[in-house]
Amino acid sequence: MSDLPLVPEVETPLPSLLGDEGLLSWFASVDHKQIGIMYLIVTLVFFIIGGLEALLIRIQLAQPGEKVLSPQAYNQVFTMHGTTMIFLVVMPMLIGIGNYLVPLMIGARDMAFPRLNALSLWLLIFGGLLLYYSFIAGGAPAAGWFAYAPLSEKAFSTTSGMDFWALGLLVTGIGSVAAGVNFLVTIITLRAPGMSMRRLPLFVWMTMINAILILFALPSLNAALVMILADRQLNALFFNTAAGGSALLWQHVFWSFGHPEVYIMVLPAFGIISEVIPVFSRKPIYGYGFVAASTIAIGFLSFAVWGHHMFAAGMSTTLDVVFSLASMLIAVPTGVKIFNWLATLWGGKIRFTTSMLFALSFLILFTIGGLSGVTLATVPVDQQVTDTYYVVAHFHYVLFGGTMFAIMAGFYYWFPKVTGRLLSEKIGKWHFWLLFFGFNITFFPQHILGLIGMTRRTYTYPDIPDWARLNLLSTFGAFLIAVAVLVFLWNIFVSLRNGEIAGNNPWDAWTLEWSTSSPPPLHNFDLIPPVRSTRPLWDLTHPDDLDWKRSK
Amino acid sequence: MTNYSPFNPNSPIASATSGLFIFILIIAGIILALVAFLLIYSIIRFRSRGDEQEPPQTFGNTRLEILWTVVPLITLGVVFVYMLRVIGIVLPNTTSNPDMIVIGHQWWWEIQYPQEGVVTANEIHLPPGKRYLVQLESADVIHDLWLPELGVKMDLVPGRSNYIYLQADKPGVYEGTCAEFCGAEHAWMRVRAIVQSPDDFAAWIKAQGKPASAPTGDLAIQGAQLFQALACRSCHAINGTEANGNVGPDLTHLASRQTIAAGVLENTPENLTTWLKNPQAVKPGNHMPNLGLTDPQINQLVAYLETLK
Repeated sequence: MSDLPLVPEVETPLPSLLGDEGLLSWFASVDHKQIGIMYLIVTLVFFIIGGLEALLIRIQLAQPGEKVLSPQAYNQVFTMHGTTMIFLVVMPMLIGIGNYLVPLMIGARDMAFPRLNALSLWLLIFGGLLLYYSFIAGGAPAAGWFAYAPLSEKAFSTTSGMDFWALGLLVTGIGSVAAGVNFLVTIITLRAPGMSMRRLPLFVWMTMINAILILFALPSLNAALVMILADRQLNALFFNTAAGGSALLWQHVFWSFGHPEVYIMVLPAFGIISEVIPVFSRKPIYGYGFVAASTIAIGFLSFAVWGHHMFAAGMSTTLDVVFSLASMLIAVPTGVKIFNWLATLWGGKIRFTTSMLFALSFLILFTIGGLSGVTLATVPVDQQVTDTYYVVAHFHYVLFGGTMFAIMAGFYYWFPKVTGRLLSEKIGKWHFWLLFFGFNITFFPQHILGLIGMTRRTYTYPDIPDWARLNLLSTFGAFLIAVAVLVFLWNIFVSLRNGEIAGNNPWDAWTLEWSTSSPPPLHNFDLIPPVRSTRPLWDLTHPDDLDWKRSK
Repeated sequence: MTNYSPFNPNSPIASATSGLFIFILIIAGIILALVAFLLIYSIIRFRSRGDEQEPPQTFGNTRLEILWTVVPLITLGVVFVYMLRVIGIVLPNTTSNPDMIVIGHQWWWEIQYPQEGVVTANEIHLPPGKRYLVQLESADVIHDLWLPELGVKMDLVPGRSNYIYLQADKPGVYEGTCAEFCGAEHAWMRVRAIVQSPDDFAAWIKAQGKPASAPTGDLAIQGAQLFQALACRSCHAINGTEANGNVGPDLTHLASRQTIAAGVLENTPENLTTWLKNPQAVKPGNHMPNLGLTDPQINQLVAYLETLK
């Protein structure tokens, strides 16, 4: 019995689902590339579901007094939108991209723990299904993605939605912790000969810091989820204020996970940008050391800023000031990155591929999100604008304009490596411009809405001057985004069938994944080129201008 | 910009915050303009012109990189010091003898003036120029009091008390709302600050301190009897009668208020009738059930409630 292989042996890197054992060769796979692809497919499906929820929100808010959704239904929809996008889309999508790329970028055969890797993926899938099962089981959770107690307690959230929320996130959370361990061990132990930490591609650097953040932040969430489950199911009293529990305890435990989580959703995106911008500028990253070190600084600081979510909760003024200082400080290493990327462009020969367009617009959109973040780090300003649409605009600029645009840059950049075919540049440009305008039309007006008094999470609003107009504009933008996503899906469909054959290295890039075939063979590399700098493939093709022979 | 914005401050507290906000926005604007300029200049100046030659390979410049680490650090230092000054103005440093206690309920506001013994709902009355120390509490979940033009936004947390200053420079009506998600009807938990001349305010608070006067007129008298006989009094209080519930708003001076159901409807006899017919149709999910009242009962109740000036 033990002689039988658990996984059917496959001969091709992308086994067809239609073959004899095709389905099983995916379901039972422990290959990091197949798992990475499955991560992307699963998160893309959840992205579409979360996107449809966003459209429902925008339809309901298109004009004052709209009655498409009942208050209860609206609250379920926005809770599920936030929970889905954070836990089932952005975070696992980045983990999936890392899964596919990290072993290839460091010249490894696979992740350190392939079966643990498969477990992470399946925990994500089952956790997601558990969460969505709540719709059938009497009602989805409706207390918002950060589920503030005591609203999330049994006395105020009477359906089983909150229980499914906690259980679903617990399941995916355990999977995320496993993924964090896996990345860390892989990057520390499986690097190709010659690849010292100072020659690590920046995407790998950021994934490694990210893994550390996951390891230290997710246990906080898991603890919070167990506590709320104990309250709801076993009548524990952690957050039951009527019996002397503490409402702020939940906020501290949740946000001590929640803010590092923001960086968990941003650091790998920084990594993608740090790969894409140099290649399409035809220059190495400007200040490799600063970009890597600033990531470490962000990693440390990210654990000292959670209190800025609680400036209006009535903490002591001393705590307010300390958290405010740390939150402002984190802008410094982030700013360093922006300027280093800009300096990478300077003096280059910029190629405007779709991937690069996404990366360039990331620079502006993320800067806007970062700057509005500084306003939120100052206590009195935060006390005016927190819980308004200004905050909604802020974090969509960070997570959509920032992370999702970076993911799109990475998608167009690595799609040829994964599938062997290039995405259509022509459809890609349509995709980019529709998304760029759709995004800005949707979310820029929300800054103004927040500043003229519109609070978030309201299923409707009074007919106050300018509110209706700006909301309608935002809804129009949301539909543009929907069209952009359809164009994107069409591009994938068309390019998978008829896309231009990519070859090993369509972009003349310099990191190891581009030295192997597209798609890579099951064992990843026939031969790993010598690694003597951060750009092994540059050294291979420029014997008269070797990176590692340059005088510092 | 509407007059419902922190950029239209009407108190020293909101003015200080607004000043800080504008200061940061100007700095942010300069940084954004710099980033945008560098990006657009690079896009135009350094675009590939199709030649095969790779550009000069530069790897960084430590001095420059230290520069763009230190300059933002200093800028943020300035913002931080400015912020400390503003915090000194906006956040109270005392918590004794509050002038007003605001208690959040799902989905309405209980407003108490402990020194005058007045209890009202969904309306905060103030004289101009006087700084009120407000104690914030909650009866159920977390709520948040936000009057953008008057002061900071602060949570009402069950099991603890928070404090803010509330002050208005000029008379007027200032819109506000609950800003922390608090369940089904979070959208309709609105509040209004009515800032009156000192004389008007004194008259108002004197009138509010009195118990409800006995109704006159047949319809209103029948309504008063009905109010005590039906379930009304188990949730609502009317000072001077046996009704002393605290699930819904105190109705002692209901007819003097501008809105009903925390801002859903203007307070008119017609709207009161609509509300009593089926509160769940007006504000779905709120804690007042449809009592199945008959039309004559509703007429009597409305006649009575209209006497509660």
